[in-house]
Amino acid sequence: MSRLVTAGVTASRRRPVLVGVGCVVLALGIALASLEPGSLFTSMTSADVFVFEQLLLPRVLIALLAGASLALSGAVFQSLTRNPLGSPDVLGFTQGAATGALVGVTVLGGATLVVAGSAWIGAVASAALVYLIARRGGVTGGPRLVLVGIGVAAMLGGVNDYLITRANISDAAQAALWITGSLDGSTWSGVVLLAAAAAILMPPLILASRALRIFEMGEDLAVGLGLRTELLRLSALAAAVVLAATAASQTGPVAFVALCAPHVARRLTRASGPNLVPSALVGAVLLVAADWLARYAIPDRELPVGAVTGLLGGGYLAFLLAQQRRTGRI
Amino acid sequence: MTHRRALGIPAALGVLCVICLLSLAIGALPLSPAAVWHGLTDPASSAYPVVRQMRLPRTVLGLLVGAALGVAGALMQALTRNPLADPGLLGVNAGASAAVVTATALFGISGLGGLIWFALAGAGLISVLIYLIGGSGVGSPARLALAGTAVNAALYAYVGAVELLDTDALDRMRFWTVGSLADADFPTVTRIAPFLLLGALLAAGCARPLDALALGDDAATSLGGRPALTRAVAILAIVLLCGAATAACGPIVFVGLMIPRLASRFTGPSLPRILPYCAILAPVLLLGADVLGRVVARPAELEVGIVTAVLGGPVFLLAVVGRRS
Amino acid sequence: MQPNHASGPASRLAARRLTISYTHRTVVRELDLEIPDGSFTVLIGPNGCGKSTVLRALARVLKPSGGEVFLDGTPIAGLPSRHVARTVGLLPQAPITPDGITVAELVARGRYPHQGPLRRESPEDRRVVERCLEQTGIGDLAARPMAELSGGQRQRAWIAMALAQDTELLLLDEPTTYLDLAHQMDVLDLCARLHRDGRTVVAVLHDLNQAARYATHLIAMRDGAILAAGPPATTLTADLVQQAFDLPARIIEDPESGTPLVIPRVHR
Repeated sequence: MSRLVTAGVTASRRRPVLVGVGCVVLALGIALASLEPGSLFTSMTSADVFVFEQLLLPRVLIALLAGASLALSGAVFQSLTRNPLGSPDVLGFTQGAATGALVGVTVLGGATLVVAGSAWIGAVASAALVYLIARRGGVTGGPRLVLVGIGVAAMLGGVNDYLITRANISDAAQAALWITGSLDGSTWSGVVLLAAAAAILMPPLILASRALRIFEMGEDLAVGLGLRTELLRLSALAAAVVLAATAASQTGPVAFVALCAPHVARRLTRASGPNLVPSALVGAVLLVAADWLARYAIPDRELPVGAVTGLLGGGYLAFLLAQQRRTGRI
Repeated sequence: MTHRRALGIPAALGVLCVICLLSLAIGALPLSPAAVWHGLTDPASSAYPVVRQMRLPRTVLGLLVGAALGVAGALMQALTRNPLADPGLLGVNAGASAAVVTATALFGISGLGGLIWFALAGAGLISVLIYLIGGSGVGSPARLALAGTAVNAALYAYVGAVELLDTDALDRMRFWTVGSLADADFPTVTRIAPFLLLGALLAAGCARPLDALALGDDAATSLGGRPALTRAVAILAIVLLCGAATAACGPIVFVGLMIPRLASRFTGPSLPRILPYCAILAPVLLLGADVLGRVVARPAELEVGIVTAVLGGPVFLLAVVGRRS
Repeated sequence: MQPNHASGPASRLAARRLTISYTHRTVVRELDLEIPDGSFTVLIGPNGCGKSTVLRALARVLKPSGGEVFLDGTPIAGLPSRHVARTVGLLPQAPITPDGITVAELVARGRYPHQGPLRRESPEDRRVVERCLEQTGIGDLAARPMAELSGGQRQRAWIAMALAQDTELLLLDEPTTYLDLAHQMDVLDLCARLHRDGRTVVAVLHDLNQAARYATHLIAMRDGAILAAGPPATTLTADLVQQAFDLPARIIEDPESGTPLVIPRVHR
């Protein structure tokens, strides 16, 4: 009997650990492969050293950090909105970031730092706007937040279309590259920024997974169990948006990572609850693998990482869904 | 209640007529009602080329496309029971975009006439794929939505990659993606009309069964419905309506999302009553946005897709926020 | 005995001048209510009379627009939510079952108010979960996914979760809905047992005869106001049924338990 209880509570805990370990190994493996370790041991010219230290290493680190940040934020959103399609986009995240970046490119001159900053402001501002509008009249629970997010995102989308069609073609191309997501501009300062954001925001979010598990059982029950739901919603949303926005300021809104990684993680771990840590690890694997492919898939041409993420993540999720249909799981 | 309902449709039709007249009269060259009439009927009139050859096809296309998007949106929301669902989720827009970008970049096709067939084929193919992955009739609504999102992301990634590798394609696609009625002509109208007609018939046919499906598959079956068949017909209708509309004027996303929500405020949740409202109110929104786009940026114009989003957004927000939770 | 302040409520859980409104409609107006300590209190009344609303307000899930709910003499809104959650448990009408969760995991979630943000499950948590599974008779289902259970088993799992919260007061919103008669009796017997073990149990029930049989204290409501409150034997009268439900009825003695039995009159 006691064994049964223990089994019931822990059976679903072993898989997540396995999945987590697998992800870490995979992420590090791919990361090492993309660092071209072969060249490390052969004679390196000073140019090689520069390429390795200033271009490759920060790029791989940013891929790992941004992937984990976006995915973690996506998992938090799916849990908070109790909707499998939840992602920071629910708060108009991608469109807001894109508006910021477009303004940065077309109006403010397009320097890397400027675009990153204005994209960050655009993402966080649109999220705050959505929350505040949804908040009017009390609670933000249920589909209300999602609906307001759709409305705001659509408006910003119109603004973005306008800016893109009115821009000259080179600005439009720069903006399109940024919106798709790219790791081209990776720098050490970007690594430091993302690492700092991750160090500050990830631990509290991961600690909140216990509360999120309670939250998933419905508003009434969560309050009955002593959860302050509105406080949790506001603080977790804010932390997740800032985390995702910081990642996006360096890579562009590779938003599909946020949507896809939690689903892949959930389907691999088969555990209930928000699966925050496995999601973050799957996100890191996804982005670093996508970047590796982006560089080597087509000889002599480099694809933007966001394009590969979509193909890889979308394709893999579709494959998982199709496979689970055949095996009769939900 | 029945009194209000009886008045609703004629009132909406009245508004639609006014909007149509405005769409014929307003533009770079404003015309009086009399001039519009002459332009419609008298080939010798100086307004004839403007009204008959430019604004009339544009208005007719706006009517058709608007109605198609509105009805497709209502079907989609009923089908998935998800407020995040719009017809785009079924891959219609992504499929069309992927096909169009392939046609432009690889085959160098740029005329609207050729692109329509690519767009329609792409939309149809991808919706079938998503439907199959999403559980072909037995799956939960959430599953279908998830499958749609996954496939969409993959396709948009492809579109993005092609655009970034081929700047010419980007240049053409950025205008196609916005969604515009500016290039409307009668051949386009006649090309998409049969698809829209068939789609509308199917939509009318599956409205009542879909209502039963809203109670859950088991309840629907016990009421004599056939859930799998209903879903298949509804999806076919959505693809025909939305695919043809997208093929004609690019992806206009917001109409299909917003109009059904607004319409259901007048009618309640009954789909057979929502659909006529959608078919009338969606063109009101689309043509109204188109007219406004011609006015605000005169002598240039703002694409209808942009105006719809920027104008429709606040209306949608008001409707959402104003509603008691 | 609790110290009885001059103006304060006599029992641990009580409401004073409670008013609850949704946007345009006032559901409960100026309601005074006491849940006697150690009672099995049952709220009855027609659909929409506000009994679930009152229950949710007692568990401070709903914020009243006027008046106050008191827990141990203190306004409940001012108490730390963790403290309240360790004292009052609520099983709402339609909780959401998370995807893929097992019975034991679900029950373990009831331990939430007893755990700190950093602490993992303690041996004490384990023991409580095990005891609650045992008490509700679903020990052998512990490792099964919720999705595979029958309606009756699922409801017991939810009650076990509420039990695992380990509170002295337990509020249950229609715990017998969707269950067959045998399972209804099971759940009510379980509630009675919990009551005998020293808990104060408050439940919303639809079946008047079950209410009369199991309750030690009955509260009848209509249109957001209390019609009558007291022991079932003296409270549940033909008059009350007429007032509350507009239903002519006879009251006879339940041959099984000796409690009042409501027999609706035949309409002719």
